[in-house]
Amino acid sequence: MSDKLLIIDNLHVVYETDEEVVRAVNGINFEVKRGETLGIVGETGAGKTTTALSIMKLLPERTGKIIKGKIIVHGENLLEKSEPEMRRIRGDKVSMIFQDPMTSLNPVLKVGDQIAEVLELHNWDKKSKKQIEERVVELLTLVGIPSSRKGNYPHEFSGGMKQRIVIAMALACNPELIIADEPTTALDVTIQAQVLEMMDDLKQKFNTAMILISHDLGVIAQVCDTVAIMYAGEIIEYGTIYEIFESKNHHPYTTGLIRSIPNIEKETNRLSPIGGLMPDPTDLPQGCKFHPRCKECMEICQTVEPPYYVFGKHKIKCYLYLNDLIKQSNVRISS
Amino acid sequence: MAIPLIQTKNLKKYFSTPAGNLHAVDDINIIISKGQTLGVVGESGCGKSTLGRVILRLTDATEGEIFFKGENILKYNSKKVQNMRKNMQIIFQDPYSSLNPRRTVGEIISEPLIINKICKDKKVRDEKVNKLMETVGLAERLINAYPHELDGGRRQRIGIARALSLDPEFIVCDEPVSALDVSIQAQILNLLMDLQDEMGLTYMFITHDLSVVKHISDEIVVMYLGKVVEQASSSELFKNPLHPYTRALLDAIPLPNLKYRNKKREVIKGEVTSPINPKPGCRFAQRCRQAKPECSRENIQLTEVNENHFVSCILYT
Repeated sequence: MSDKLLIIDNLHVVYETDEEVVRAVNGINFEVKRGETLGIVGETGAGKTTTALSIMKLLPERTGKIIKGKIIVHGENLLEKSEPEMRRIRGDKVSMIFQDPMTSLNPVLKVGDQIAEVLELHNWDKKSKKQIEERVVELLTLVGIPSSRKGNYPHEFSGGMKQRIVIAMALACNPELIIADEPTTALDVTIQAQVLEMMDDLKQKFNTAMILISHDLGVIAQVCDTVAIMYAGEIIEYGTIYEIFESKNHHPYTTGLIRSIPNIEKETNRLSPIGGLMPDPTDLPQGCKFHPRCKECMEICQTVEPPYYVFGKHKIKCYLYLNDLIKQSNVRISS
Repeated sequence: MAIPLIQTKNLKKYFSTPAGNLHAVDDINIIISKGQTLGVVGESGCGKSTLGRVILRLTDATEGEIFFKGENILKYNSKKVQNMRKNMQIIFQDPYSSLNPRRTVGEIISEPLIINKICKDKKVRDEKVNKLMETVGLAERLINAYPHELDGGRRQRIGIARALSLDPEFIVCDEPVSALDVSIQAQILNLLMDLQDEMGLTYMFITHDLSVVKHISDEIVVMYLGKVVEQASSSELFKNPLHPYTRALLDAIPLPNLKYRNKKREVIKGEVTSPINPKPGCRFAQRCRQAKPECSRENIQLTEVNENHFVSCILYT
């Protein structure tokens, strides 16, 4: 039990406005073990960021609501925590790296002070000012920024360096779980490679668990241990990195995603994209949410939501695996 | 030999800043033949977008020449430039900011036709707009929709329809798929390639994404801080990358394939240096693993090392 750091159980999140209800996350389940990196892949509107914000309880106050489910960190359900209790957890046990380093730093505070702020807010063992200062220097060195620059303001740094500072802030209190929401999307490839390498080193050093949200299957393949593929607020496929990238069995959406990327190692004449668009989250289709775009759509897909077909750790939410795989003894069906 | 559609000779664009001249485009010679796609790759700040804009005369060149079908378009007066633009169009990166939010889809696409006084008759114009929308795969019912009602992929289709409205021969595509999701990106790339096959269009395709550029281009130039560091055909460049920067770029792409998972990458250190008053010599020298003292001594010329494969690096001279 103790190695399960985070358990997400049947999470449902909606955004409510006067006019409509956006069903952003519709019943997802996953676990993250200590030291494990889970990748969440999906396109815009799949519910990746909503999932991350729910774990941090940072959903927009008036509209965002968790209507069902549990988020368990260390055996404690975060949904039962009050806001002051959450504030102790955020940045301490669980911290988050946001997508855009240009906007996630305060432009009028020196970067050293911004890192120190995290430490002061979570100063349980009563560190002195000097100790905090020392920790700031240590953190900056850790992420590869000369500590002499702690008195600089964010605008004096490049994008890659800003992202390093954001990472230093996230690491400040030795969190057990880091949620990184598209941490390298805004960066150039060579800088992305630097930041990913650094994150990998740090993860191994501190055995921190991480949830990496990305739309880039390349980044996922290089960094993650397990992968969840999201579509319209559901996890439609889940498995270890080997199951996702090397197994023959996939959800048709996963196959479509992989085929949409131009392959740098092979000559291809035309790509085979997935036709159509993501469904409207205020009006999701019946049955399988992917069926209007699916080439393999059957009658049953249009009316009844498919269960997960489980083979080992690999779970696929698709009827394609019903007939031929139900015969095998190792297949279980879970709802 | 046939006259190339687009050719630049020693093209330069400097921006003057309080700190000195910013060398955005520095001595660029490119040739694009009709019906071909030239891919321009590089990281932010390497001058790729500026190059595209200078070629279309959206910004004025500092020095050099640009030939369109053998005519130097830098000598054109404003009237001739307007005429020229019928043949040279651009598709912008961000489909969210490049469309007027107060205009309907139909108005956006027909605007170039009105400005250039091509279809004066409203009926003919509407027909043309309908046809363009069909070509780019936009449903007819969207003609009165506003951009905010549409998703990124559809908006980019409007941008493409607008660029096509004047039947241009040459289109600069400035990161047309960077803001889109992968499945939509694939749709737009296929559309651009289909249009090229049907209409014989010539593209200059600007992007930072190497897998996209490989997929769409015939010829590729790699830019670094305003200079071309390597130029070759698409297949040659990926088979046999020579310049250390090209190699580092290729090595930095995370591939969706597990065999590279535990491979140690040769990550290049440091960041792009300032393009303001750059020092003579190779601009990549400061970050290069193979740099020698000679690299920063004098400017290194682009030299042909294999057939049609040009590199500007001291290792190959």
